[in-house]
Amino acid sequence: MPYTAKIKVTLRQSILDVQGKAVEHALKNLGYQTVGSARIGKYIEVTINEEDPLQAERIGNEICQKLLSNPVMENYSLELEKVN
Amino acid sequence: MADVTVGVVVFPGSNCDHDTEHAVASFSGVRPVMLWHNDHDLQGVKAIILPGGFSYGDYLRAGSIARFSPIMQEVIEFARKGFPVLGICNGFQVLLESKLLDGALSRNRDKKFLCTQTTIKAENCSTIFTSLYSKSQVLRIPIAHGEGNYFAPPEVIESLEEHDQIVFRYTDVEGRVTEASNPNGSVKNIAGIINRQGNVLGLMPHPERASEQLLGSDDGRPLLESLFRHIAGV
Repeated sequence: MPYTAKIKVTLRQSILDVQGKAVEHALKNLGYQTVGSARIGKYIEVTINEEDPLQAERIGNEICQKLLSNPVMENYSLELEKVN
Repeated sequence: MADVTVGVVVFPGSNCDHDTEHAVASFSGVRPVMLWHNDHDLQGVKAIILPGGFSYGDYLRAGSIARFSPIMQEVIEFARKGFPVLGICNGFQVLLESKLLDGALSRNRDKKFLCTQTTIKAENCSTIFTSLYSKSQVLRIPIAHGEGNYFAPPEVIESLEEHDQIVFRYTDVEGRVTEASNPNGSVKNIAGIINRQGNVLGLMPHPERASEQLLGSDDGRPLLESLFRHIAGV
């Protein structure tokens, strides 16, 4: 049974998120005065054709570290879901 | 100058490859060789230039997919053996993603794509890329990028400074490193860095766009000439 890896990649807090800042200003301009900061990230879905959940997790982490995120400026989170 | 060949890598989405080819070919005794991203053969070149552009559409992150192209596996090996590699703009982004240089480039501070003339200062003139500049010489070289905001953790910056690896900084016309002269928000006005071994240089400004007077400045020419003299053994 394959897995779907649901991956979120976000800029580290120490990195200025200029897109997030622009969205935050737009929301405030729309009158949402209680809106705080906005941060923009990426959402990626990858199918992993593995039976073993541990193996699927290992591959999921590996692709996040190797290609899908840049650890110098980004964090990632990984969630595995069984495909029926 | 003895006859030498210099590789210019062509990724899908490179758009300064022909400008770079033109600039390289303008030096007598130097012949550009275009290297296709899908090849493994470096064709015996003595140095490699990764040109500007939007390799693989800048998808995911600028340079992140180019880094895993077949030719880059050879370029990384070539660099590790000590041969010269120069990354300009998107080429700099590819070098960072390849971990041949430390740090990362994120969106410009003011959210805009910047295509403008800048002044930069050559701070280390003892590299193979800058030997024809004089210390603290101010150069007029243009930039054209959306993601040129150089970032690295403080300990990396400290190490870069300690080992004289910050080769170029954005300055005002007098050569002062000021906030106003920093176009993109780069830490410490960093415009270009070199690796510890001194054979891999990456910079955001485009020396090939400032390689003859007709283009408004030829301040980028000595960078290419320094490199070509080095590989020709002059």
